Amino acid sequence: MGELLKVDKIKTQFQTEKGPVTSVDEVSFDLKEGETICLVGESGCGKSVTSLSIMHLLDRNGSVTEGSILFEGKDLAKATEADMRKIRGNNISMIFQEPMTSLNPVLTIGDQLTEGIRLHMKYSKTEARKYAIDMLKKVGIPRAEGIIEEYPHKLSGGMRQRVMIAMALSCRPKLLIADEPTTALDVTIQAQILNLMKKLREESNTAIILITHDLGVVAEMADKVAVMYAGQVVEETDVYTLFDNPKHPYTLGLMKSIPHITNPDDMRLDSIPGSVPSVHNMPKGCRFYDRCPHAMKRCLEEKPLLKPIEDKQSHSIRCFLYEKEEQDYENKKLAEKEVSS
Amino acid sequence: MLQYIFRRILIAIPVLFGVTILNFFIINLAPGNPVDMMVNPSATPEQLAMQKHALGLDQPVWSQYLHWLVQLFHGNLGFSYSTREPVTQILASHIGPTVLLMGVSLIVGYLIAIPLGIVCARKQNSWIDYLVTGFSFFGISVPHFFLGLGVIYVFASKLLLFPTGSMNTLGGDGSLMDTINHLVLPVAVLATGIAGNMVRYVRSSMLDVLGKDYLRTAKAKGLSQFIITNKHALRNSLIPIITVIGIDIPMLIGGAIVTEQVFQWPGLGLLTIQSITSRDYSTLMAINLLAAVTVLVANLLTDILYAVADPRIRYD
Repeated sequence: MGELLKVDKIKTQFQTEKGPVTSVDEVSFDLKEGETICLVGESGCGKSVTSLSIMHLLDRNGSVTEGSILFEGKDLAKATEADMRKIRGNNISMIFQEPMTSLNPVLTIGDQLTEGIRLHMKYSKTEARKYAIDMLKKVGIPRAEGIIEEYPHKLSGGMRQRVMIAMALSCRPKLLIADEPTTALDVTIQAQILNLMKKLREESNTAIILITHDLGVVAEMADKVAVMYAGQVVEETDVYTLFDNPKHPYTLGLMKSIPHITNPDDMRLDSIPGSVPSVHNMPKGCRFYDRCPHAMKRCLEEKPLLKPIEDKQSHSIRCFLYEKEEQDYENKKLAEKEVSS
Repeated sequence: MLQYIFRRILIAIPVLFGVTILNFFIINLAPGNPVDMMVNPSATPEQLAMQKHALGLDQPVWSQYLHWLVQLFHGNLGFSYSTREPVTQILASHIGPTVLLMGVSLIVGYLIAIPLGIVCARKQNSWIDYLVTGFSFFGISVPHFFLGLGVIYVFASKLLLFPTGSMNTLGGDGSLMDTINHLVLPVAVLATGIAGNMVRYVRSSMLDVLGKDYLRTAKAKGLSQFIITNKHALRNSLIPIITVIGIDIPMLIGGAIVTEQVFQWPGLGLLTIQSITSRDYSTLMAINLLAAVTVLVANLLTDILYAVADPRIRYD
């Protein structure tokens, strides 16, 4: 499996009247073909902004100011709008959180579905229509021939999300970005949509960036997980390590706040005290300092970096608590390098 | 849908009755009467009374109204008190120029306003946005008589580029070029007002739509900005635009009273003013009736167009 996407220390800023606001800072992760990475974190931690940065879909006042986004060797952070237009919907496509508002209410399903197909795959009108019906069938829409003539308001939320998925996958993209695709749906529909995404992923070997704040979805879908907090990745590892051996105090806090079916009835659920620092007033040191049970004096002053440690799989943490492990790993790598050279 | 249209037409009938009753009584409330305008100032009171009796103006107002109504159902709008011509004939000769003037003005106004409104919304708070907003403010707030006199002074009287008024050169060949030449100034005045009003609605409606999720979806598909704006966004911002068009259409008939007066345009607006000053009740009633019918038709048309523009709107 080849490397598909490498996001390296991107910084996304929004120009506001109060000056530039940094919404995503030093976010890095990489993704191989057919792999699924989940970006998790609470609302406002920069998950969506990260994905919109990759697609160049930020509002006009937002842009990636530092870092690089290598997609098949090409830096998207520096791509022009014309380049991006060829990539969007074709090589990278996206599904959004709100299926009720993501489809244009005055155009038919068929109209919206065939638009991308005709643009990127150069199909004729009738070919595109036939292909669109096939796609609708593939995502499990009954009466696809009839639905293609309908307007979005005739469809339920789950059906609309299926249409969105059909639309996103119609040009066989290498990468699918799904921004909380199941958040607005009820649980039974959520399960259906996740199963559908899994099935399609296996069929087409599409890599997925799945944004969610639902750790249940993570366990179901992810190969890798990047936990984000206040615009930064604080921990990145594979899904098994994340659940078995979480390290960062924030991840630990998240894990403790999941209700388990085996918990006693009267047990109170843990929560992380405090709230996320404001983007206008980011602390100089560790951004989790205020809420961290293990906070040390140096966390206030110094900025921790995301560094790998020795584990069964690759595992990186942004925390001084693991400085020793991080140092050991670095030394070991250096030693290996010397041996091999 | 057909049922809806039928129902709306049925509702329109009592509304029309109400409009004619109100108009008839309000016109009769105005001081003076047609006879005062018709006769020689030296006529004796007896002669006046005789003339009034001959025209039925000595009857109570409600009886006059009933008489008018009965004649209306016979397709008879009466004779003009001042020119003695049949009212239908007078209306027929004035409606053409007004529809021409207003039709051209509306089209020119919209052709300017809709693209400008879209550009403003796309480039919100840019210099072009401020410039157009300024122009729109000017168009809405400068009175037509003032702007009309202004352009006559500059373009007709000083620069001698266009005629000062009327629809054709007196004694001219009445050719199309001649009419167009006469149209330019009044259309410029009217279109300024129409565009100034419309541009604001297009801008705010587009701004509203441009922030919607489905436009991000369209962009995520790799569509060009042109298609996103003109196919995906514009169709969604049509509802307020249709509303304004529906309000503008009655002007096609009602005419621009002041502008027609300033440019001596031989349309319904000019006729209205002449009928008012000569207390020409029968002509006035006919103009009012025509205006009321146009408003009702325009409203119905607007509602039908809503359903065409937005598939979510259904009337059944």
